Amino acid sequence: MVRAQRDPFAQFFGEANRIQDHFARLLNDSIRTGPAINLWSDEHAFYAETDLPGIDPACLEITVSDGTELKITGERQIEDPQGASWLRQERPRGSFSRSVTLPSLVDADQVEARYENGVLKLTLPKSEAAKPRKIVVKS
Amino acid sequence: MSQTALQTMERQVEGTRRTVTARADVYERDDEYVVQADLPGVQPDDIDIRYEDGELTLHGRRSACHGECESAPWNRSISSFSRSFRLGEGVASDRIEAEMKHGVLTLHLPKTEAVKPRRIAVRG
Repeated sequence: MVRAQRDPFAQFFGEANRIQDHFARLLNDSIRTGPAINLWSDEHAFYAETDLPGIDPACLEITVSDGTELKITGERQIEDPQGASWLRQERPRGSFSRSVTLPSLVDADQVEARYENGVLKLTLPKSEAAKPRKIVVKS
Repeated sequence: MSQTALQTMERQVEGTRRTVTARADVYERDDEYVVQADLPGVQPDDIDIRYEDGELTLHGRRSACHGECESAPWNRSISSFSRSFRLGEGVASDRIEAEMKHGVLTLHLPKTEAVKPRRIAVRG
């Protein structure tokens, strides 16, 4: 017996999106989506990490708009060596951009960014309004 | 595809993602080879570089965690990088130099005198 579902199409598209994300990740499709990002959270903040080796930290631009749109843009410049011939050239170069929508509001003034060993580490404190609150039931 | 099947696939994919091939540029000058490899998140002390029988092998281990983030989904991340190249016998292995900056390893591998190009003067 087929059980009735509330919105079978929403479920189907949700699944399709997940599969698409999955293959994008498999193919390491960094040209279209930008560098891969790890994003997680605890009760205080969201944390984001992305591998950006060999970048001048001064060239990185990190913005948070509307409290939820995180955008990282930058450029990796690799000079062509003088008097040398390439045997292999695999490292990506040029400009990149990556945007992520955060699930809840963050305090954009308190965002911290560190660049360590070629990894950009962001701490984005959750806005007070978005933090979970315990509601006391009045008797 | 059911949710469980997708999760199983994800686990399998991630299982193979833990050690990845480091992306590298290699170029050659008259007197040396230069290798530049992307090893983001690897500390200089956690890199193992070997040169044996004309083959250069790099292995870099990422630190498991950075302090405050116990809830991080580390199982989804790359845990180490690996790469090897055949450069032939013409490398002076005792003079190889390595430097690490911003997650990029740069190696200078000088050529031995025997393989360096030489200008031959014609006596007349």
